[in-house]
Order: sequence, then C-alpha cells, then structure tokens
Amino acid sequence: MGMKKRRLLGLTLIAVMVSSWILPGSALAEVFELDSMKNLYEGVSFDHDMHIEVTGDDCAVCHHHTAGTAPAEPLCVTCHANSPEKDDPRCSSCHVKDVFAAENMRKVWDTPRLYHRGKPSLKAAYHQGCLGCHEQNDAPVGCTDCHAMTEAGEKFYHTGTCAPEPKSADQGGGHH
Amino acid sequence: MKKLNRRAFLKGGLASGVAVAAVGSAKKANAAGDFGGYPDSMGVLVDMTKCVGCRTCEAACNKEQGLPAPAKPFTDMSVYEEQRHGGLPRRTTEKEYTIVNRYEVEGREQPLFRKFQCNHCQEPGCLTSCFVNAYTKTPEGAVIYDATVCVGCRTCMISCPFYVPTYSYSSPTNPVIKKCIMCYDTRLKFGRPPACVEACPQQVMTFGKRTDLIGLAHKNIQDRPDRYVDHVYGEHEVGGTSWMYLTAVDAPFEKIGFDTHLGKQPIIYYVKEFLAIVPMVLLIWPALFTGFHLLATRKDAQKNEESES
Repeated sequence: MGMKKRRLLGLTLIAVMVSSWILPGSALAEVFELDSMKNLYEGVSFDHDMHIEVTGDDCAVCHHHTAGTAPAEPLCVTCHANSPEKDDPRCSSCHVKDVFAAENMRKVWDTPRLYHRGKPSLKAAYHQGCLGCHEQNDAPVGCTDCHAMTEAGEKFYHTGTCAPEPKSADQGGGHH
Repeated sequence: MKKLNRRAFLKGGLASGVAVAAVGSAKKANAAGDFGGYPDSMGVLVDMTKCVGCRTCEAACNKEQGLPAPAKPFTDMSVYEEQRHGGLPRRTTEKEYTIVNRYEVEGREQPLFRKFQCNHCQEPGCLTSCFVNAYTKTPEGAVIYDATVCVGCRTCMISCPFYVPTYSYSSPTNPVIKKCIMCYDTRLKFGRPPACVEACPQQVMTFGKRTDLIGLAHKNIQDRPDRYVDHVYGEHEVGGTSWMYLTAVDAPFEKIGFDTHLGKQPIIYYVKEFLAIVPMVLLIWPALFTGFHLLATRKDAQKNEESES
C-alpha cells in the first residue's frame, strides 16, 4: 500500500517535471523572485501567470523575439521576423547584471558591427520593460508599489527611519 | 640713405619684436585649441527619454561622495516644485553634485526629467580660467580639482558655460569650490562608471568610450527618429563634453533648460587673443618704458657727469 502510494507520488512528480519542461505557457507559469536591486529593495514577486493573461498570450510584449512569437516593433521585425524560440527565454539569458564591467564592455564594443550595443542591464530591462506598460495600464508605478525598501535602502535614500529631521531643512549654499 | 639713428633703430626693433611675439603666441594658442580631448577618454550618454525622475542617482551621488544628509529624503518628489530665486529650477550645490529637474513641456503628456551635473568638457572653461591650476582634465575624461590649492576666486564659476561649480559659502574658514568629479577617485580611475550611472534603475545613462557613445547616440537617433531630436548635445558644444544628451522630439533641448547658443568653440577661444597679448605686454613694456626713461633722462645724466668732472 505504502509502496504503491510512494510510486504514484514519484510518477506524478516526474510527470510534472517533464510537462513543465516541454509545455510552454501555463506549465511554465510560476511566481518569480526578481531581485536585481536586492541591496536597496526586497525582491519582487513576479506573477508570470497573471502577466501571460494580461498580455493575451503574446509573449513578444516582454520577450521581444526570444519566445517564438514575432515582435510588434517594426524596427525589430526587420531582422527578427522569423527568429526561433530561444532555449532559455529568461531575461537574464540576454541582459547581464553588470553591463559596464570591463569584460562586458570589451565584448560589446570589440565585436565588429554588433547591433545591440545599448542593451540594458538586467535591472534596467525589468524597469524599462515593466514601467512603460504599467503606466499605460494604470498598474503600480511607484518604487515601493512593487518592491518594499530594505533598511539599507532607507539609509541610502535618507527616508523612513533614516529621514532627516524636518527642522534641519536648510537649503545651504544654493547661491550662485 | 637715411641715417639710422638710435631712436629709429629702437622703433624698428620694437615693431618687429611685437610682430614675432604676436605670431608666436597665436600659433601656440591655436595648438592648444586643437587639443580636442584625450582619444580614449570615457563619457556618459544620457537618454532623457528614459528618466522617470526617481532621484536614485542623487542618492547614489550623496553616498559615494560622502556628502551631508539632504534636507529632504531622496524619495520626496516635492523637490520638483522647488524654485530658486527668480523662478529658476533647482541647481547643484555644495551638498548636491547632481540633481534632477522636472520639465512640463507644452504638447507633451509626460513630464521630462533632466539630470544635471558637471559635463566634463573636453577643453574646460574652469580649467583654463583657474590661475592656481587647481583643475585637471584626466585622460579618463573627468575634470577634477585640487581643493587644497583653491584660493576661492570663483573665476571658474563665471567661466563655466553650464554654471556647474558651486562654492561652499557655508564654510566660513575654508570655503572652496565643489562639483562633480565623475567619481574619479573611487571609480573612474579603476575603469568603473560613476555611482549615479550604476545606480539608475532605468539605465538612462550609458557609460563608455566617448567616441563609441557618439556612434551609439547617432545610431539610436537613426533607429528612432520618431523618438529623438536629431542632435547629440555635448558632441560639439563648447568643444565637446564627456557627458552627452539625447532628448525627446516633443521636448527639444531649448525647452528643458539647455543653452543651445553656446557654439562649438571651447571657452578658451573667447579669450586666447587677449591672452596672447599678456606676455607681450609683460615682456616688452618694461624694456620699452625703461628705454624711454633712459632717453629722456640722458641729457640730465650727461650734465651731471660733466658738472661732476
């Protein structure tokens, strides 16, 4: 009895793993933790499933040409009309964390005739990608609407528990 | 043949001397003007169409440069309502080396945010105007300064076409000039981008070799003529700057506080002709007037000698 149950459980697990591997869309869906600014802000719980729904199953809205759907931007279509789906369509597979690191800068500028030289970092890809849509669709746009500020963040922005005393609000040296 | 007397000789000598000095100085001044910046210097391209006005760059600057605590939190957006004397927007101060200003432009739905800091000129007006040589343009592109030699004359504040250098008026004992140094000490000299560039969540700023960035800027304009004004501010202004800007078609530079009448000449061009005269005056006038004096008093001296003998 216990043996059978365990086998069933094992089989189900394998089935789930396999299906999530081969089935696109809903099977991939889960909540991701986006933490490109984790020193100042908590990670963002990104509901991939919900965003698939909102975009009407059009992966290209966020994934450009990497998810097998043609991009909407005419400029992108000139090269990527028939681009195949990428093996790894995650943002981080193209958008590196530290774009201005010497190694990445060399890669970008020493590759002859490279087109995507202004490619945003992972953090910028998230913000540029999310904010435009959120503004148009009345979705949250404030910094702390998506990610709560950490203690380090409060210190950095001189806000919350680290806010300046209202009394010391002198403008200091603003003359010219 | 005319007899060449002493006076005529002196006159001729003086005229040719002036001519030689003038030609020599003009050549030197021209050579200095042709400098055009270090070939591999770094720069920053600011795409103002991407800025959302979150002020993270201001906070990053404050932390990196160890500046005093701000009057208001960097999350307080009421600063955009602040106006200086005369209704002017915020500017950099001794406590803020960079600030962001918001511009409501007629015919544009969204406001446009403009980040402001030292533009790090290729041939800086501050540097050429400083008589104690406090300023240095480093090969990496930053315009830095040695506050320990600053005598507080503030000529650099007047010579800067962008009104960048500020003065620590709050210090009664040792007031000095304060401005953005492109994070030279802590980052740029190690090949890292300035703190504001790295902190920006939108990557409004792209760090790279200045020549590469000019190429990128023009490529972006070419790709999106519907988005960008066809001008890279800082490519040529006052001889070129390390920090360059792209703006939105519906928010042209002149409407968001940029001076579009600065011309392409470095600031030194406006004074080099005058400056060429300075050594001439210093070298020739003493000799000339000593000569006049000697000539005028020659007879008296002779008389004195005769009466003595």
